[in-house]
Amino acid sequence: MAAVTFVSHDGEKHEAPLEEGLTLMQVAVDNGVPGIDGDCGGEAACGTCHVVVDAQWADTVGGSGPVEEEMLSMNPERQPTSRLSCQMNVSDGWDGLTVHLPEFQM
Amino acid sequence: MTRGTALVVGASHAGAQVVAGLRQQGWSGRVVLIGDEAVLPYHRPPLSKAYLSGKSAIGELAIRKPDFYAKQEIELRDARVESIERAERRLVMADGRSLSYDKLALCTGGQARRLPVPGADLPGVHYLRTFADVEQIRESAQPGKRAVIVGGGYIGLETAASLLALGLDVTVLEAAERVLMRVTAPEVSAFYERIHREAGVTIRTGALVEAMTGEDRVREVQLAGGERLRADLVVIGVGIEPNTELAAAAGLVVDDGVVIDDNARTSDTDIVAAGDCTSHWMTHYGRRIRLESVPSAGEQAKAAAATMCGKEKTIAALPWFWSDQYDLKLQIAGLSAGYDEILLSGDPTRDRDFTCFYLREQKLIAADCVNRPRDFMRSKQKITEGLEVDRAELVQIAAD
Repeated sequence: MAAVTFVSHDGEKHEAPLEEGLTLMQVAVDNGVPGIDGDCGGEAACGTCHVVVDAQWADTVGGSGPVEEEMLSMNPERQPTSRLSCQMNVSDGWDGLTVHLPEFQM
Repeated sequence: MTRGTALVVGASHAGAQVVAGLRQQGWSGRVVLIGDEAVLPYHRPPLSKAYLSGKSAIGELAIRKPDFYAKQEIELRDARVESIERAERRLVMADGRSLSYDKLALCTGGQARRLPVPGADLPGVHYLRTFADVEQIRESAQPGKRAVIVGGGYIGLETAASLLALGLDVTVLEAAERVLMRVTAPEVSAFYERIHREAGVTIRTGALVEAMTGEDRVREVQLAGGERLRADLVVIGVGIEPNTELAAAAGLVVDDGVVIDDNARTSDTDIVAAGDCTSHWMTHYGRRIRLESVPSAGEQAKAAAATMCGKEKTIAALPWFWSDQYDLKLQIAGLSAGYDEILLSGDPTRDRDFTCFYLREQKLIAADCVNRPRDFMRSKQKITEGLEVDRAELVQIAAD
């Protein structure tokens, strides 16, 4: 089964099965990955599901949308490949995806 | 201790976060989540928004899917808790059975405040708090029907937008002189009144409901002064009351909500509480506050889970809220109560995006941001910093 790896800011790894039809945030929440809260339930309203996509995957998963971009633009931990994982619709082609979690969700 | 039994009462947002937090923080013993709704913990905010208007299904509302609880070995119990016997550290259920605990979390939430007028118990008169409530409203909400909403708060206004989208004729009755009076500046209230009127909702302020009438179901809403409004469906959204009976009967300190400290601990060191049922001293605001908020429930739940595991995590995050109506996403950072000045960026009498910054003694304490996510994120930071603001910079920031 396709899987994604979430890497916490101190290097701890959490692997979770990918399921098409879900967002990456929901995958993290369903698998109890620490550091992804998804307070607003996936509306891009809270910014608590911030992930930094591993550089080699950036083109495959694509960039942020307009509202997402505005939410991210004010984040001090913003990286060029930052995304809100609630806006990332999982694809089967993402097997092996690695994303990094910031130290703080805000 | 983390090998003992942890019981969580209330399969709410807070309850779901406490059980997940317990496993994340290393609780290896038994974890039981006890709820009295027949469904898994779900997101409540969409009930008045996307779910009511038919844009999302119940399956999408679940906070975590069923196999999360199985995989994490979290037992789910559909039961009503009758009492807490603190001396014996056990819960007694409505069916007489009991469950012992080493640590207990109360996540009992709140319930819709009842409107004390004759006829409010007629069929066709609804409250909006639970999934079951919304199922009933959806059955009555047929296109062309007349809906009267009592209460011009966020729940009332979101419900108005959702029912309008379903093709109903919608009237909102607000007893105060403006909608959202308890939580926003007059400029923001005027904005939402304008938006709803432009969309086709009838908004009546200073409208006091005296009775609901009808034989087999509600037909009319009667106002003070005698005026009668036809209604096929009434939704009452006049706030919530915290569910504190269990805690109070067990002798825990309750004052409006279950009183908790910065670690979500109640007056009993083996019992924590989180979510809408709590009242928490917030250093940032210098007073005790009972918040009705999903983000706050999550924040308190994380602290509660850590405390149950013997770890230290304080409730620190700034309160924030959101509301979706039509194409407008309102994000609210902080609490505006006690402001002495507002600054506007954008024109709420004309635009569909603006920010209302709330200041007290030159410092930013809150911001209502309509379709302005950047302002929201920046306001969160500025409020947390707690420094005096440069007015020109604040408005310019908003505009850049």
